[in-house]
Amino acid sequence: MISSLTAEKLVCVRGDKKLFDGLNFRVTAGQALAVEGANGAGKTSLLRLIAGFLAPAAGRLIVKDAQGESDDAEERGKVIGWLGHQDGLKPQLTVLEQLNFFAHLYGKTADGALLDQIGLARQADLPCRYLSAGQRRRLALARLLASARPLWLLDEPFAALDTSGQALVGQLMARHCGAGGIIIAATHEPLGLGNESLKL
Amino acid sequence: MNFLFRYANPHEFMRLSGAVLPFTAVATMLCLAVGLYLGFSVPPDYQQGTTIALLFIHVPADVVAELAYGAIAVCSLLSLVWRHPLADTAARAAAPFGALFTALGLVTGSLWGKPMWGTYWVWDARLTSFLLLLFLYLGYMALWNAIEDETRAARAAAILALVGVVNIPIIKFSVDWWSTLHQGESIVSGKVAPVYLWPLLIMMLGYVLLFLTLWMVRIRTAILERRARNLMQAN
Amino acid sequence: MSPFVTLLLRDIRLAARSGGSAALALSFFALVATLVPLGVGADLHLLARVAGGILWVAAVLAALLSLDRLFQGDFEDGSLDVIALSPLPLELTALAKITAHWLSTGLPLTLLSPLLALLFNLPPQPTLILFVSLLIGTPAVSAVGAIGASLTLSLKRGGLILPLIILPLLAPAVIFGAGAASLALDRLGAASALGLLAAFAFAAVLLSPFAAAASVRLNLGG
Repeated sequence: MISSLTAEKLVCVRGDKKLFDGLNFRVTAGQALAVEGANGAGKTSLLRLIAGFLAPAAGRLIVKDAQGESDDAEERGKVIGWLGHQDGLKPQLTVLEQLNFFAHLYGKTADGALLDQIGLARQADLPCRYLSAGQRRRLALARLLASARPLWLLDEPFAALDTSGQALVGQLMARHCGAGGIIIAATHEPLGLGNESLKL
Repeated sequence: MNFLFRYANPHEFMRLSGAVLPFTAVATMLCLAVGLYLGFSVPPDYQQGTTIALLFIHVPADVVAELAYGAIAVCSLLSLVWRHPLADTAARAAAPFGALFTALGLVTGSLWGKPMWGTYWVWDARLTSFLLLLFLYLGYMALWNAIEDETRAARAAAILALVGVVNIPIIKFSVDWWSTLHQGESIVSGKVAPVYLWPLLIMMLGYVLLFLTLWMVRIRTAILERRARNLMQAN
Repeated sequence: MSPFVTLLLRDIRLAARSGGSAALALSFFALVATLVPLGVGADLHLLARVAGGILWVAAVLAALLSLDRLFQGDFEDGSLDVIALSPLPLELTALAKITAHWLSTGLPLTLLSPLLALLFNLPPQPTLILFVSLLIGTPAVSAVGAIGASLTLSLKRGGLILPLIILPLLAPAVIFGAGAASLALDRLGAASALGLLAAFAFAAVLLSPFAAAASVRLNLGG
């Protein structure tokens, strides 16, 4: 459980372009932050920066938890649940195998009930190559839930989902924040969580 | 370390190299001229006859071939660990010369060996090691060219260079082992008579100066190219 | 199940299900072993002399076939991002992938080698030595290969550069491995050669995860 994530004077440079400069924000436990902006404005780069994949050209990202504060990227990575553009699913593995893989990889026990939660219980033994785009996104969400990480980084969480899927995402996000988690999401649509907004 | 970083700034480097270049260029020509003159005027070796002269062209080439890879490895370390800004440019600039000197060493080594061996190539341990070194250079240059993002290419190449430099002693050891396994003792003996020593040392100095001169020129060119590109992009 | 074993098993499962990379490597291995006699003639005496070298080179090339996908698959579909954020350190991730690659490529090649050695008229004792040398040495091929695979993982056609980068680095393995077989053929002790090979393989497997992890980190930030 982390109590806050603070960005101080964050600068991001990709290639020769400076995407943003002197970015400051703070998100505390139970809060969500929507990152908005045109395509190419740097939303995904910001998420990758927070995740520790990218190093900022300048500035710091500070995570505060019960033990204290840290701006180390590797440590930060251990509290992050990542849902990127891509689903990270292997066509040859079945839904259940895929979920179990991620659960065990993150040191958690596999929970079949998760599949019920996201509505893929019937597809448990179906190889992922046969899933629709919406089903793939749901499975990715299940993976996110299974990892039980406090800080969620979501890149376009509503993409490729139908209305019921989007409602599901909304529910899961609300529940995550209600339990004290933090969400930072790059999105073109409102999150509907009474959240702050950051425009790039 | 601070000394190195003082010249990390491209401006500083341009200034320093601009001042030093004329001297190294002249020194290079002097050494090569003297060395070649002395080299071609030494008495013929009792064993190898007049082809001993090739010794003065071949051995220095080998020396620079290894020196260049060492330089690339040092630059790679500076780049990865200390983030020295010019290190990547320097490493990339050194590679073609390293490859060229390696190839020169192979060709002259082959020509030098022909009278003794009766053929142009006998998989002598030293030549074989240098053949593998040539491939290491080619792989290094290919990696630089293949990755589009320059920063990423620089770091990937740096990792490869460091992996390579750790491997080179292992490769040499294994090739020596292989050579004694299949052919008995190495063919080229190691001792050099004193009368040959001076020309050899002068030629080595000349080659090293040649490498340094060419290297500095190439780094300067790279810096200028980048400036030109930045100017063009701005408009 | 520990994260390491989880990743290892997944990669093996994927290799088994993706049109059998083991089958591809084995076929390639056998084909090269078949082409060489066609190229140099069927003089059994000659073939026995070159068996160690040919089979070692063929094994290295066969193992190379599946190396460029070692990290690339996970990189392209976004799995690598998720794997990198897991509790498993990237160095262990690399080691798990190296192990999976060896189990699905190097080990099957090693197991097939006695049969191919038969085609080359290699006597039993040298065949045994060759088998042991491949058993010890193919992990080094996977390990060094992983370095090349991670450096080229962002390249669409990185498969072309990969052999150029890693084959020179694998020269010691070929030298010691084939050398061991050669020594055995001459009824000399192969222990020193195998020892040197083991040292090389040990160092390779120990150190390459670090280089591979560094390269993966580099590419994740891309």
